[in-house]
Amino acid sequence: MTRHKSRAMFGAGALAVAGVLVLSGCGGSGFDDSEGSTTEGLTSSEDGLTILIAASGDAEATAVEDTVAAWSEESGVEATVEVASDLNQQLAQGFAAGSPPDLFYLSSDAIAGYADNGSLTAYGDELSNKDDFYPALVENFTYDDEFYCAPKDFSTLGLVINTDLWEAAGLTDADVPTTWDELSDVSETLTTDGQVGLAFGAEYQRVGAFMAQAGGALVDGDTVVADSPENVEALEYVKENLDAGTFAYAADIGAGWGGEAFGQGLAAMVIEGNWIGGAMTADYPDVNYQVAELPAGPSGEGTLQYTNCWGMAADSPNQQASLELVEYLTAADQQLAFSEAFGPMPSVQSAADAWTEANPEDAAFLAGADYAQFLPTQAGTADVVADFNAQLESLATGDPAAILQSVQSNLEASVG
Amino acid sequence: MPNTVTARRAGSRKSSGIRRGEVAAGWLFTAPVILILGLFLLVPVLMAIWVSVSDWQGRGSPFSGNVGFVGLDNYAAVTSGGGLAERNFGLSIRNNAWYVLIVVPLQTALSLFLAVLVNRAILRGRGLFRTAFYFPSVTSSVAITILWLFLFSTTGVVNSFLGWFGVEGPNWFNDPSQIFHNALATIGITGAPEALTSGGPLGVSWFEWIGGPSVAMFAFMLMAIFTTSGTFMLLFIAALQNVGAELGEAGVMDGATGWQRFRYITLPQLRPTLFTVLTLGLIGCWQVFEQIYTGTQGGPAKTTLTPAYLSYQSAFVSQEWGEGSAIAFILFLIIIAFTVFQRWVLRERPVSKRRARQYEVPPHEATPHEITETKR
Repeated sequence: MTRHKSRAMFGAGALAVAGVLVLSGCGGSGFDDSEGSTTEGLTSSEDGLTILIAASGDAEATAVEDTVAAWSEESGVEATVEVASDLNQQLAQGFAAGSPPDLFYLSSDAIAGYADNGSLTAYGDELSNKDDFYPALVENFTYDDEFYCAPKDFSTLGLVINTDLWEAAGLTDADVPTTWDELSDVSETLTTDGQVGLAFGAEYQRVGAFMAQAGGALVDGDTVVADSPENVEALEYVKENLDAGTFAYAADIGAGWGGEAFGQGLAAMVIEGNWIGGAMTADYPDVNYQVAELPAGPSGEGTLQYTNCWGMAADSPNQQASLELVEYLTAADQQLAFSEAFGPMPSVQSAADAWTEANPEDAAFLAGADYAQFLPTQAGTADVVADFNAQLESLATGDPAAILQSVQSNLEASVG
Repeated sequence: MPNTVTARRAGSRKSSGIRRGEVAAGWLFTAPVILILGLFLLVPVLMAIWVSVSDWQGRGSPFSGNVGFVGLDNYAAVTSGGGLAERNFGLSIRNNAWYVLIVVPLQTALSLFLAVLVNRAILRGRGLFRTAFYFPSVTSSVAITILWLFLFSTTGVVNSFLGWFGVEGPNWFNDPSQIFHNALATIGITGAPEALTSGGPLGVSWFEWIGGPSVAMFAFMLMAIFTTSGTFMLLFIAALQNVGAELGEAGVMDGATGWQRFRYITLPQLRPTLFTVLTLGLIGCWQVFEQIYTGTQGGPAKTTLTPAYLSYQSAFVSQEWGEGSAIAFILFLIIIAFTVFQRWVLRERPVSKRRARQYEVPPHEATPHEITETKR
């Protein structure tokens, strides 16, 4: 008898639980009637803030947590920082459930998708420090003529040189390459058995720097220019050197990325961004290196910039407080503190001098900000770049013009 | 078996008298499970079906008023759009089809072989071998993937081992070249006629379809065979232990060789298990996801892209939720089709006349084979 009773009670309990789940499950659309993505009037309430970040490591997580806690104390608005294990997935879940984090890291290639479905608030024009950001970064986060979100920091690509190998090959400071020909020459000098002159990832995110130096790009405004002769010239140049064995893709010499190839001495030079500093300190503290600007191509200097911004959710009930937090986080002093903690360059021009003074050895990265290009941000272009990367892996045996032709037609399908 | 069926049928129609309240009680007791399964299985599946025919973009509820019905547009985009979505889908099907074609037969054969080995009473330390073979199955596939990435790195253990024999190993997980193309290249064929390279289904040329898996995918196949054989071995061992020894002894008396006893006595009795193993293998192989997610993310050159991973990527990364769900349902249909096909292949067949004639003399002395056939 007791057994029956307990079973019945269990059944009733399960029913109740399931019932509650059904009710809460169907109530997920409660936020649908909140405001859309217009900048007029941010929401304001007493609600606390949730900030979702994707930290590169403990240093970044701690720095952001401490800063947000300090702001919270100052402003009296409760704020919690969550470190995402898979940012894209957690963001998507938040938006679908109608309860996204209030503020979050947002990469430039994800803006279009989230802006199109109305998940984001374009708050850029409301920022009091709007004019302090580098114009190229503002442009990077401008979609459909709206400045969506504040760049939180940025990085550019530079030429990272192993000074020990450099000197061992009999090269001096005067030999630091400034043109493509010089780059080919020093790469050849530095190539030995088991070591290549220059290594980089098999992706547009690195090879694209050569395209920029040749005067090319994938997208110019709203026009697709992927199959331009400039781009063909750049890929021909890379292919030539890959064939000669003086350049190599990091994966082809058994490294996960350029920094690993560089740290293990598999490559004497790599094209990487300023994130390489943290990796070198942590994993390869004994390797001596210096950073130079990337050599100029036929059309002059060129590099690529990478940046994330502080995305703000359209469904956030307290956007006003979020805005204030963003202003706090992107202030020059704060960004300098972040830079010291985990490496990236401040996104505001007023911090440039102080940063260069603090990081003289990385000055070449900041110099790149003047001429850096960025990856296309239109919806669907990330897939095209991924497809381009897949083709770049076999550039050594491929036909540059044919590869670029396919990129052109794929891009035309998503842009314009 | 037949007895229980008829017995149940006898009292099923009418519910009266003392058993009247049982229907309500039955529903009450099953209600929690029905509700929980419904909530966590049926409702999500129905939602996904709706998403696959809607233009939902990932914000708010898919059932809200501003989400529209777009018919089969999402399905069309991945199967006939002519764009990147179609080619990605084509490549993922190509990769996974080869994966299934090679992994399923090999893992089934290997697990059966292992099961027969460790099932022999003669073998010393059977428990040790069983545990050893089963061990990869209970290890997390993420951990094994990472182990595999190390083993198969350019300078990894596998390549060092190959180096002892003077073989220069490939750059496994970074090598997008297709193995049959490589085989052709060794006999000097590097290109293909225009007819093969120009057109093909799903935006992938015939030459790419027939090229086989890439070297990177091949490494994943080895891993799948390594990890799943143990699980299936366990199923086969269980089945083998139900095979009566007396039939084998009868076979010995009839002068059957060891192979004949296995082929004509043991194997037919393993048919239900074989069906289970093949079905589970097919489903598992068509749903390869975590290895790709942890290991290569579809690279190199999209040769380890699988429909399951592509579905995830389309939805969560590219915000193409409709296409992502459409891919998931096409995958579902593929799996169903394969399972039905395989059920048909493995169906119980009456003994053919030609085969039956061999056993006819003397008229009513059954051979071991007939016994197994009539027993079911």
